[in-house]
Amino acid sequence: MIAVVDYGAGNVQSVLNALDDLKVQYKVSNKEPEIYHADKIIFPGVGEASFAMRKLHLNNLVTMLRVTKKPLLGICLGMQLLSEKSEEGNTCCLGAVPGTCVKYDEAKVKVSHMGWNEVKIDMDSVLFEGIADGSHFYFANSFYLPVFDYTIASSVYDVTFAAAVQKNNYYGVQFHPEKSGEAGIKLLTNFIEKC
Amino acid sequence: MLAKRIIPCLDVKDGRVVKGTNFVNLQDAGGAVELAYRYYKEGADELVFLDITATEEKRKTLVELVREVGKAIRIPFTVGGGISAIADIEALLKAGADKVSLNSSIVKNPRLISEASKQFGSQAVVAAVDVKTVNGQKKIFVKGGKEETELEGFEWCKRVCELGAGEILLTSMDHDVTRNGYDVKFLKQVVDAVSIPVIASGGAGKVEDFLEAFEKAEVDACLAAGLFHFNILNIGDLKKYLKENNVRVRL
Repeated sequence: MIAVVDYGAGNVQSVLNALDDLKVQYKVSNKEPEIYHADKIIFPGVGEASFAMRKLHLNNLVTMLRVTKKPLLGICLGMQLLSEKSEEGNTCCLGAVPGTCVKYDEAKVKVSHMGWNEVKIDMDSVLFEGIADGSHFYFANSFYLPVFDYTIASSVYDVTFAAAVQKNNYYGVQFHPEKSGEAGIKLLTNFIEKC
Repeated sequence: MLAKRIIPCLDVKDGRVVKGTNFVNLQDAGGAVELAYRYYKEGADELVFLDITATEEKRKTLVELVREVGKAIRIPFTVGGGISAIADIEALLKAGADKVSLNSSIVKNPRLISEASKQFGSQAVVAAVDVKTVNGQKKIFVKGGKEETELEGFEWCKRVCELGAGEILLTSMDHDVTRNGYDVKFLKQVVDAVSIPVIASGGAGKVEDFLEAFEKAEVDACLAAGLFHFNILNIGDLKKYLKENNVRVRL
């Protein structure tokens, strides 16, 4: 059973549509015990970081998300919240992976970074098994996590930034696999079957 | 860097896709969900649905359309047509739409742009701008192109950007359905003046028109409707052509 965390920050419907395609069992939940006892956790998120963290606190999910040993996939803002900090709303995040999320430079590029970007696979990970290096994925973000030790894939938008991260049981993708056509479906399948 | 996008647009009436000449004389082009799936498979980067059903149950039919489309495709899509309230936007995004397109409602109430982008993020808010030349001036039209307003096209584009729109969907009514190419000159003017992506719309008739819009007007995306609906142009072939001509596209 997969838990999809629904904490009131962004909609989960697109993720559920993709999971329906894959015929996997899931439960949409904001309840700590339910999520804790799932086999895997999908942690989506759209919107503003401080608002989302506040929602996690209100739902009493912060500690559980910090200590869980279950494979967890953060998507978009969900990945950013895995970091230590976000400059968006000067937010203290979960700290499951190191790093601070910063904003793209508006003087150099259009913000937000929205559309299909090439993803370069930097490190072997089961998450990208069977996915061609340089495949396009769909992004919609204004903040990004700079490249660091746990970056497994990266993209370029003025700067090179982390497109996917992995540390222990924590996985994160800056793009939306549920909106990234067949490459995205493959990535979700990998997470469900192999992580 | 980001790929240039090709976006089929589906004008939907009672669940069917229709296409008219200068917004009238509607022709049936098939079921909305079936067509959406076909475009997804052909390699469309994104889809736009404009609901032109004129009923009081409008919101319900739009939400239903979004649900059905969301089940069928795995690429982002925008939905528009008569959306005027924050509650409607919320319902559509929750149902699985990625963005909403706002047109007449933001002319009437420009603050809707800032309210929506604050609440849902600017990436979810597309300002749809319909422009037509009247006495040598680019004027903004609303209500599906039926009603002229006092607004001037270029100024309005800058304004929606300042108000927090995430994208501009810029339709030239003069060029629409002529298949003589996009309004490259005006598009370029807008692209240079705003800091958000611009989608070219109205006038595409052949692959060269798309190339011209990407190269000369430097738009971020090109939208077309009838050209794709009636199989005059295949999206896969179009993207291959663009790639061969050094436009960065997703294949």
